[in-house]
Amino acid sequence: MTLEAGSSLKTGSGTGTSSIGSLFKALNSGTTTSRQIVESCLNAIDQRDGSIGAFLHIDRERALQAAEASDLRRSTGEVRGPLDGLPISIKDAICEAGQPATCASRILEGYVSPYSATVIDRLHAAGAIPLGRVNLDEFAMGSSSENSAYQLTHNPWDLTRTPGGSSSGSAASVAARMVPGSLGSDTGGSIRQPASLCGIVGLKPTYGRVSRYGLVAFASSLEQIGPFSLDVFGAAALLQTIAGHDPHDSTCVNTPAEDYLQTLDTPLADLRIGVPKEYFGEGLDPEVQNIVEEALAVYSQHGAKLIPVELPHSKYSVATYYIIAPSEASSNLARFDGIHYGYRSPNFTDLESLYAASRGEGFGPEVKRRIMLGTYALSAGYADKYYVKALQIRRLIRHDFDAAFQQCDVIAGPVTPTPAFRLGELTDDPLAMYLSDIYTIAANLAGIPAISIPAGWTASGLPVGLQLQGPVFTESRLLRAARMLEIDRPWIDRLPPAAGG
Amino acid sequence: MTEPQQATKTSPALPLSDVARIARLARLKLTENELAIYSNQLGKILEFMTVLREVDTTGVEPMISAVPCENVFREDLIVESLPRKLALANAPKTDGKSFLVPNILG
Amino acid sequence: MKYDVIIGLEVHAQLQTKTKIFCGCATDFTPDAPNIRTCPVCLGLPGALPVLNRRAFEMAVKAALGLRCQIAHFTKWDRKQYFYPDLPKGYQISQYDLPFSHSGLMEIPADPEVAGAEGLTRKVRIIRAHLEDDAGKNIHDESGRGSESQVDLNRAGTPLVEIVTEPDLRSPKEARMLLEEIRLLLLYFGVSDCNMQEGNLRCDANINLHLHHDSGITTKTPIVEIKNLNSFRFLEQACEYEVSRQLKTYGHLEEIADRTKRTFGYDPQRGVTIEQRSKEEAADYRYFPDPDLVPVIVTADQIQLWQADLPERPQDRRQRYQTELGLSPYDAGVIIEQGRAFADFFEQIVAHGAESKQASNWITQEIQRILNERKCSIGEFPVSAELVGTILRKVSDKQLTLKAAREALDALVSYSEENTVSQETLEKVIQERGLSIVQNDELLLNIIQQVIQKNPKPVADYLGGKQAAAGSLLGQVMREARGADPQLVKSLVTQALDALKSGNS
Repeated sequence: MTLEAGSSLKTGSGTGTSSIGSLFKALNSGTTTSRQIVESCLNAIDQRDGSIGAFLHIDRERALQAAEASDLRRSTGEVRGPLDGLPISIKDAICEAGQPATCASRILEGYVSPYSATVIDRLHAAGAIPLGRVNLDEFAMGSSSENSAYQLTHNPWDLTRTPGGSSSGSAASVAARMVPGSLGSDTGGSIRQPASLCGIVGLKPTYGRVSRYGLVAFASSLEQIGPFSLDVFGAAALLQTIAGHDPHDSTCVNTPAEDYLQTLDTPLADLRIGVPKEYFGEGLDPEVQNIVEEALAVYSQHGAKLIPVELPHSKYSVATYYIIAPSEASSNLARFDGIHYGYRSPNFTDLESLYAASRGEGFGPEVKRRIMLGTYALSAGYADKYYVKALQIRRLIRHDFDAAFQQCDVIAGPVTPTPAFRLGELTDDPLAMYLSDIYTIAANLAGIPAISIPAGWTASGLPVGLQLQGPVFTESRLLRAARMLEIDRPWIDRLPPAAGG
Repeated sequence: MTEPQQATKTSPALPLSDVARIARLARLKLTENELAIYSNQLGKILEFMTVLREVDTTGVEPMISAVPCENVFREDLIVESLPRKLALANAPKTDGKSFLVPNILG
Repeated sequence: MKYDVIIGLEVHAQLQTKTKIFCGCATDFTPDAPNIRTCPVCLGLPGALPVLNRRAFEMAVKAALGLRCQIAHFTKWDRKQYFYPDLPKGYQISQYDLPFSHSGLMEIPADPEVAGAEGLTRKVRIIRAHLEDDAGKNIHDESGRGSESQVDLNRAGTPLVEIVTEPDLRSPKEARMLLEEIRLLLLYFGVSDCNMQEGNLRCDANINLHLHHDSGITTKTPIVEIKNLNSFRFLEQACEYEVSRQLKTYGHLEEIADRTKRTFGYDPQRGVTIEQRSKEEAADYRYFPDPDLVPVIVTADQIQLWQADLPERPQDRRQRYQTELGLSPYDAGVIIEQGRAFADFFEQIVAHGAESKQASNWITQEIQRILNERKCSIGEFPVSAELVGTILRKVSDKQLTLKAAREALDALVSYSEENTVSQETLEKVIQERGLSIVQNDELLLNIIQQVIQKNPKPVADYLGGKQAAAGSLLGQVMREARGADPQLVKSLVTQALDALKSGNS
């Protein structure tokens, strides 16, 4: 059903764009052109982004030229694949040559990357059109967009609420039908959490599945670039385009990516779904719990077995994560020093004060907080107590998953404890904000793939996602499982108020 | 040096002297107000971290990364460097050839 | 008061790869064109990632095997964090707790001036050798008037091997000798050009004293690290200065409370060491494993293959020249000192029949003289080792005198300016110049008879008792019989004259 040209497409600029699957179909059947798609996206951005605040930078002319080039390819039968001619928004932490890459930080204001991330090269090679650069929490640190130095991004389902973060603009731009897909990055849930809060599909690949080359690093050992899409097909197409070995990234595995699209519509028989009791305990909003349990019931109806599993170390994952991630961040962000690029404060008297003032003024409060935390955790006398201890518990968390996957094929649960919270609600309490990452960060610590798919809506109309986690390199399994839910409970046509719903 | 874990429940703040030392190490100029805020917030966060102490990690190999590979190399082949103009393009201050910084031999 | 000098070195050598350690930028020396050898990786641009240069790793392993180090089965990379303009990432990628090699050994002759050390070998334990990336270069305004320094990142990311020794050296001279020996090793192994002017070999010295007071108490002075010494002379001078400074500062103290390590630099103009960083600012590098790089795992088989492929260490060669070729330690040392190509040339001369002592004299004197005159290296020497060997074999076969051999070599060298020089050229030169020793006694006797007949006056003088008169006859014979063995000529002429004498009487 999602592969049919959606009715939303025909209603014109009022509803914006549609899913990658339906656009692909429409392009193939000749009912639309890439130029028309890009124009409808640009129109939707013009109409809505003033209230959404997803985009930081848009390159209209280049996008229209690329669309025309794609239409020409189509007319001569040289289509490069399912993404050819489709506009994609890019989290402003993924570099493209000649484009800004601010990471939503003052310290990179005006920075123009002289080189492209591997995923960007692959998008271009597939004929996809990077349309614009979208907002995030500064350096991907945050869960709400409130840490962006430039603007707030609003949830298309309720403009007073957060779209989630850190890939806030990615999720909001897709959910508001301004682009059919987006690339974001997930260090502790930064794809899955905003996807869940915005009612779209978001996938964090296995660590090492997608090249990180050109992704401005926050926590190198945890993060992956991944897709956002309105439909599972789009997530699969985007992942297939960006996944695979890259000689520029030592941590990117040298095994070919699977053909995720080929098996997508084949339901998984005898699926064993692990349900950890730790994911359904204290702190979980009852409405979220109900929606997740109803989604699990759908799987049961299709023959899946629900198996109770244990992840005994999951209660330590927040503390573990907030030692490891800031430690790596304190090092990764040392390069922003006002010497070779980026902001240099005028308030200095010597070299050391140049560093301190440029960094003190250039970074926002959350980034500074994490740099402080990480510097402390790695400093002499504390490294063993904090950093090394956290790495040990990280291994125990991974062991939990390995053991659980002996009994099940995927692990299901909520993505976030609550639906989207109001902007401003948690800004004064960093720890409370960190705790909202409870269900997502374990996958990053363990390096396993995880997907967030729309599972339902609360009574007040806020979307709630279901999270599926799998063993390493089982993206194909996760996408197929997600597709089963999508077929049973199509959500594509449910439009957020900001997109005319 | 006072460790945060030893601080009492009512006062989990990280001592200001520690906050200042860490800020210096991280090259972050912080205002008095920021120092005070971070002292409280970091203290609270570090106190939360003490939950990890209850886990027995004796003999557990630290997990540095989830990457399953080793021995990744590139061959010793020259790749064209960036033109100097592009290398310096984002620099706050240059003389057209080099990055400029305040005199290091002060 | 007696005291021991305790010195350990940290040697940094740039590996001679074509490209940097973590990116494809060239490593050629381009000081006049700053910032033309950079890319996103070595500029530390946001999002760029390092990938290890295989050749850099292999060269480093080769160096470590030369130092008789153990190669680790598992090694990883760590970030050493500090802020400096020549360090664009804000950290150096180095190796902290699991270096790729450890536990090596180097031997040098002990400094005879160290009490009780004469004739001994100084065994210097190598703690570790590890691999890391070099920083760029900050160019300071030496006048001190300028308000800004320039930063050139051409060198940033060049591969370095760092060799750390135990504090087993007992004098500044030994420190210098060890550095010289390490340089030779790296040169012979072809892993570094060790060009000290370009900063490709530099070292830090850790030095302190153990003071043995007359009271029987021994005190240890605080360790001082002297940073960035880029010549053998500076290393020795800086250590000598530091010994005297520490003696002056601490010599009278039987108790030294603060033994915190301190960091000094050396000012060669003034010949003094200067403290660089005060104790309060003791560095906290916050080492942690670099998550952008993966470990290297080396199998025992691989290590064996590398080991089997290793060239002969210069130390071993020097020893072999003494035991197998009978050279004096001095001569062996002089040849080894000149580098691998020079020593190889020497060995080829010997292989082509030259007697080793003769070959040693020739390469260090005749050939060295020609190289100096022509300002060229042994690789550019116009006469092959085979021909030199042939010439020297003719000397030991008594076909050429040493003088004639020299003339032949010079002739070949000048001939080589316009022609290629071969075995035939050598024979031609010997023939044309009549350099060969006249071996045919009959021919020689004929010449002697002719000279006697043509010179009745000196003959009569000789027969009349003027021994000296034989000299002019001898000279004439030698002129006629070029290349003849003078000793032989002398005895034959004397015999002929004495025969006349007895015939007359």
